[in-house]
Amino acid sequence: MEVFTPRSLAEALRLKAEQPSAVPIEGGTDVMVELNFDRARPEALLNLNEVAELRGWSRDNGLLRLGASLTYTEAMAAPLSEQLPALAEASRTVGSPQIRNRGTLGGNLGTASPAGDALPPLLVEAAEVELSSVRGVRTLALEDFLVGPKRNALEADELITAVLVQPSGARQTFMKVGPRNAMVIAVCSLAVSVDQERCELRAAYGSAGPVTGLVTAPLDEVDSFPERVAEAASPIDDVRGSARYRRHALRVLAERGLQRCLT
Amino acid sequence: MKIELSVNGERKEADVWPGESLLFTLREKLGLPGSKNACEQGECGSCSVLLDEKLVCSCLVLTAQAQGHEIVTVEGIAEDDRLHRVQEAFVQTGAVQCGFCTPGLIVATVDLLAHRPEPSDDEIREALSGNLCRCTGYQKIFDAVRLAARA
Ligand SMILES: Cc1cc2nc3c(=O)[nH]c(=O)nc-3n(C[C@H](O)[C@H](O)[C@H](O)COP(=O)(O)OP(=O)(O)OC[C@H]3O[C@@H](n4cnc5c(N)ncnc54)[C@H](O)[C@@H]3O)c2cc1C
Ligand code: FES
Ligand code: FES
Repeated sequence: MEVFTPRSLAEALRLKAEQPSAVPIEGGTDVMVELNFDRARPEALLNLNEVAELRGWSRDNGLLRLGASLTYTEAMAAPLSEQLPALAEASRTVGSPQIRNRGTLGGNLGTASPAGDALPPLLVEAAEVELSSVRGVRTLALEDFLVGPKRNALEADELITAVLVQPSGARQTFMKVGPRNAMVIAVCSLAVSVDQERCELRAAYGSAGPVTGLVTAPLDEVDSFPERVAEAASPIDDVRGSARYRRHALRVLAERGLQRCLT
Repeated sequence: MKIELSVNGERKEADVWPGESLLFTLREKLGLPGSKNACEQGECGSCSVLLDEKLVCSCLVLTAQAQGHEIVTVEGIAEDDRLHRVQEAFVQTGAVQCGFCTPGLIVATVDLLAHRPEPSDDEIREALSGNLCRCTGYQKIFDAVRLAARA
């Protein structure tokens, strides 16, 4: 095994092109578990911690650019948390302070777990994912980036460089069901927004289908929306909960979320 | 691969496997067994250290990622021969039973008090939510944190 530690994005992209099998590592909160438990033995690791271009966030003409290395701790801090409040709430539910200090958005997208907590709030805000390679840069709607459980649209020579969001300004919230406030993989989760300006209700569920799913409806369909959300999901029975429970919980979360956003 | 690390203010060198965790390097290569290994998956916090003044699980940091950064382990918390006030408070309140979780909790509490000198109970609960203790039932640990905050 080898570790490459590029010092710039250009160098990182060149290395990824030369060695497509190299596994990117940011916070390592997913990758290291695989290594520690002998579940993965990649030929090479591509350590992205020293790539300054991937860090932090910026705003250009209202468009937010969240670097792939943005941590949950950073997403919880003002003023970003005021721009993307549901993402901040979701970030606060991730793991523990230790995990939030290391875990990144890029890593959550890379893992593309249906339980990834950053994904529902980003879907509700119609986020796009920026993918870069030596061939160039492309952006994909988050829905199109998430292609299956733990599968995403990354090509072998590409890196996730940023998440792009035009904050809606809509009232929004995130809720997660689990046995504890900390350290839980969601039994199911839901981000909800009520966009008065665009007259739209939006909700995105996690851990209730093969991928994080988005449900939208016109603003005047508030009453039927919780049922719509529950029906749109395709949960399964597993160790964390039954499909029936998950559907029920989504209905309740949708009601509560709407309540929070409408009052 | 050869790695140079800065641990508790000292430069250290180690020959590591490229996929090695910082926890393994600290314990097995650098003779710093204070950070404990219980789960190796970020769940228990017993391996907590400060990396550039941020609280992290050393089992989830690739040693190669720590190169060029400042690491503080529980061994670096005491001042000379005197226990740190957080360590003193843990001793005084009986927050140490088997002691396995203690190093991680000490580092996490030092980190908490650096940011929040007078934390509320909810803030303590949230700040220590990544550290598991199987012995104390957490009550004495809360007492220790409150005592250290007052000290
Ligand atoms: C104890 C514990 C608790 C957790 N709790 C939660 C939780 O509550 N909610 C939750 O959603 N997740 C949780 N996780 C999972 C994990 O923390 C998150 O998925 C996190 O966002 C991963 O980020 P990372 O930077 O650590 O990723 P890494 O482990 O560094 O990488 C994850 C994946 O993404 C790929 N990758 C990373 N960066 C890039 C990039 N720039 N371009 C292309 N690919 C990339 C990597 O190759 C890898 O496949 C938890 C993990 C642990 C260990
Ligand atoms: S050993 Fe690192 S968190 Fe348990
Ligand atoms: S004192 Fe034994 S685990 Fe905490």
